[in-house]
Amino acid sequence: MASITDKTEDKKAAPVLPVWLRGVRWYHAVVAVLLVIYPLIATGFWTVQIGAQSLILGLIGLSLMLLAGYGGMVSLSQLTVAGLAGYLVAIFGNAEWPAWLMLVGAVSLATVAAVLIGWISARTSGIYTIMITLAISVAFYYLVLQNDPIFNSFNGFSGVRPPEVFGVDWRAPLPFFYLTLGVVGLCYLFVLYLSRTPFGLALQAVRDNPRRMASLGFNVTAHRVAAHGVAGVLAGIGGVLLVWQNGQISPGSVGIGPVIDILILTVLGGLAHPVGPFIGAVIFILMENFAIDLIDRERFNTVIGAVFLVIVLFSPDGVLGLWGKLKSWLARQSARNRVDQW
Amino acid sequence: MSAVASAGFTETVAAHALELQGVSRSFGALVALNDVTMKVQAGERRAVFGANGAGKTTLFNAITGDFPPTAGRIRFFGEDVTKMPPQERIRRGLRRTYQSSLLFKGLTVFDNLYLAARGVGSKRFSMRRPGDDDATIEAAHRMMHAAHLDRLEKTPVSDLAHGQQRQLEIGMALAGAPRMILFDEPAAGLSPAERRELVEILRALPEHIGYVIIEHDLDVALRVVEYCTVMHNGAVFKEGTPDEIESDPDVQQIYLGGGHG
Repeated sequence: MASITDKTEDKKAAPVLPVWLRGVRWYHAVVAVLLVIYPLIATGFWTVQIGAQSLILGLIGLSLMLLAGYGGMVSLSQLTVAGLAGYLVAIFGNAEWPAWLMLVGAVSLATVAAVLIGWISARTSGIYTIMITLAISVAFYYLVLQNDPIFNSFNGFSGVRPPEVFGVDWRAPLPFFYLTLGVVGLCYLFVLYLSRTPFGLALQAVRDNPRRMASLGFNVTAHRVAAHGVAGVLAGIGGVLLVWQNGQISPGSVGIGPVIDILILTVLGGLAHPVGPFIGAVIFILMENFAIDLIDRERFNTVIGAVFLVIVLFSPDGVLGLWGKLKSWLARQSARNRVDQW
Repeated sequence: MSAVASAGFTETVAAHALELQGVSRSFGALVALNDVTMKVQAGERRAVFGANGAGKTTLFNAITGDFPPTAGRIRFFGEDVTKMPPQERIRRGLRRTYQSSLLFKGLTVFDNLYLAARGVGSKRFSMRRPGDDDATIEAAHRMMHAAHLDRLEKTPVSDLAHGQQRQLEIGMALAGAPRMILFDEPAAGLSPAERRELVEILRALPEHIGYVIIEHDLDVALRVVEYCTVMHNGAVFKEGTPDEIESDPDVQQIYLGGGHG
């Protein structure tokens, strides 16, 4: 559990660790190294279609985890915020804006949209938050489908590619993977850091008991809206990466299917920790790509539905919850063995 | 700022810590509090007795502003707080604990205390991590110590025993500079050992902090208070020292014959 006083080691072992480094463990370094050497071993398909895609959908899932796991707000509009950023990158790119302005513009406008969505939905809770954010997502889908002058209706935009910066072709598998890994890694560390700030703590307390937070003197609505804003930045960045990876964006990219996919992969991985959505994204992408080897393409939803049901039935906290159960089971077994040896 | 503080101080010398005048609260046709008048001095420790439904918790809600009174006046250290929102009363040093647990179950003991300490401060919203020498962190450590919770610092609230949760409630009420704390049945559901610890905690509170305690258990209440108020059907029924109240035949009649839990 993230706490305001988390430290890496005992005070004796690490006396002057900077505040922002607290909570970093050795296995974080191992995972980071594995991720860095992964594209050197993997083929282009595994690097981009599986690797980068998982990281990007995981990032959008991370924005939902921030809202739902820490804030207790299940929002179905995170992919819509990402999609808006993706559309804006395509539109600004066609208008030949400079790269930096295009990126800053797309992510900040997506963030403004997220704050508005948060402002609308912050006074609701539970199923009403889900309904309002779902309605916003559906409305955005029909907006881009029917609006020709700005969103190019059902054709959307194709041929969207990352700008060439420093003479690197960022569309090539290796650079694109490292770009994604770097950006997503920073976002992930940021969420870890945020969870241990007063804001992150207050957000979790708002989830547990909003009335008590209000009576302690905190502004509950402000914390909820701010969380939507932060999640909007993350989703917006994810949307930019997603449109670069796919090379195109159309109403189908922001339809009800992908909107639900984000919810599924986030819950599948687990909402208890920021790593959950990434685990969920890897499982989701692997099934999406390889389930067709076993069954018809049309049956994919049946498979993902079945896997989702099985995991959630056995562990309401997703794969993270399974891992927690396994750890406590192993601890019990070793305790039993010790008793047997007596 | 200092002018306000000193003005408040001259007032506190003369005025009572808590002064209720004809306070009533009705919910529709139900009169839960009926014309309650009582005075509590600064630093005084007072018990409120009464059978279930006598209006004890409603009295607390009226004082804290969670459910303001429908009639009457409430003064806190001489200042009329009848119409103030709860946060304003908290800022003036009024605290309460809740009967049912309203803790943040997903967070650790320390983080609950930290949030309580931060809530009474001036800066509540921050996306930066505090350092170890942060004043709020130090304050939370002192609260943790006062509530006898030091060894449970990192324990999630969901793993705490019932008695420890009550202790945490008390710790959170110590945030900032409390002048008067309202304890709503802190000993309910506690084991004898936990009750002893509770009595120790209450007796160790600094002398300038007065409190009003709702308690069914006379053993606990009479060991930590100087004066008692007995309520019946939403009104003050009797007031007196613990000895007077314990031996009063009228009190025994309603209290022991009242069929409370």
